[in-house]
Amino acid sequence: MVIIENLHKKFGKNQVLSGVNLTISEGGIFAILGPNGSGKTTLIKSVLGMVIPNKGNITVLSENIKKNSDYRHKIDYLPQIANFPSNLKVKELIKMIKDLRKPTNEDERLIEQFKLQSFLDKKLGQLSGGTKQKVNLVLTFMFDSPLIILDEPTTGLDPISLIRLKDLIKAEKAKGKTILITSHIMSFVEEISDEIVFILEGKIYFKGSIQKLKTKTNQPDFEHAIASILTNNHA
Amino acid sequence: MRSRWSYVYFAFYLLLGVVLLFLNNDLSKAVITLMNVIIVLVPLIGTIFGVMYYYNSKEFTELLLAQPLKRSSIFLGQYLGVALSLSMSLILGLGIPFVFYGLFESSAIWDFSLLLITGTFLTLIFTALAFNIALSNENKIKGFGYAILLWLFLAVIYDGLFLMTLILFEDYPLDKVSLIGTMLNPIDLSRTLILLKLDISALLGYTGAVFKQFFGTSFGLIVSFVMLTVWVVLPVLRIIFKSKKKDF
Repeated sequence: MVIIENLHKKFGKNQVLSGVNLTISEGGIFAILGPNGSGKTTLIKSVLGMVIPNKGNITVLSENIKKNSDYRHKIDYLPQIANFPSNLKVKELIKMIKDLRKPTNEDERLIEQFKLQSFLDKKLGQLSGGTKQKVNLVLTFMFDSPLIILDEPTTGLDPISLIRLKDLIKAEKAKGKTILITSHIMSFVEEISDEIVFILEGKIYFKGSIQKLKTKTNQPDFEHAIASILTNNHA
Repeated sequence: MRSRWSYVYFAFYLLLGVVLLFLNNDLSKAVITLMNVIIVLVPLIGTIFGVMYYYNSKEFTELLLAQPLKRSSIFLGQYLGVALSLSMSLILGLGIPFVFYGLFESSAIWDFSLLLITGTFLTLIFTALAFNIALSNENKIKGFGYAILLWLFLAVIYDGLFLMTLILFEDYPLDKVSLIGTMLNPIDLSRTLILLKLDISALLGYTGAVFKQFFGTSFGLIVSFVMLTVWVVLPVLRIIFKSKKKDF
């Protein structure tokens, strides 16, 4: 599904990714974890073509992404911080993104699900952080793409919306889609993901199931397993 | 944001056109006065709007980048959106009062069209330059600063330096140098073009005669427009080039 080979990225003097090799197979939920500043978002943005790598190759659905934009038709992306043009209304934004990609009716169901009907005529600048995140989720999930990338999807969501989000992710997985998630909420990751990819200092430190991670680190629960990696590496 | 300000800009030109016509009571004189305003103001507005629009729509740009769109079309779209709406404000805002005043029956129509054409060129040039500066500077304040400096340089300081060199080297034949110097600055080039078209080159003395010889011919006119086009094309190419390499 996604093949990343020897990916290097530097921002000025700051080496963020140094030789990432990663293969994401089709179907299932993959969680990308790592301490702050470990390069999770950079990795994701490289896959999306928003960050241009210094070195390395990325293939998405057997298409090389270099100098290519069509492959993004097959990706739904949820950005980390929902920054929308503040003078647009919610429904105008939804309509505009639909015009850019393809017509869909999924948005109505999602608006219903996240109870956004009363916000449709409001401007995006007037919305609270959590509501913006819900709009963000609607924009992401309304297209039926085989690859879904979620960068911190839980930010600002209330408990009910969080449950709805989990249901949504599970439903997408049941359709056989591949989902990449980054999150700092360990319980959320543990509950939802099939496989963990742990990034440390710009490299893949660990890839495998949560069970495997527990055995590797000799810790009884997931949160401590992650913590033990971090303390052992002085990160 | 953009649309509201381009209406204000449009209204400003409309008002300017009406007032100038009312005060001067003569089309050609109004054109001369307008030239002085346009030569300085159009680049300034193009620069400020270009920078402001880029920084303001940054979040939106990031949203678009994750969509299946080519980078060049995103940035060229934004550039053309700003530059063309500014040009429209200029053309319509000035055009409407002049048309009502009886532009089409007057002999000033060519001078006036030249004014609008150079105004449009200046808008395209300075918006493109502003986008270049904004693309290269993450810091808003820095970007604004550089953009204003660029405008100040081309609109005011360049002339000063130019004049200084002419005085310093006054013992040498300077017609070629001053011609080239004028060509290299889009603001100067536009000013000279219009001045000579208005047939007041006698005011410029000997250099004026040389300029007249060059710019007055159709060859000179074509070369000038080619230069202005180059001034548009180069920054636009850099927008495309730069945007392809940038990280978001």
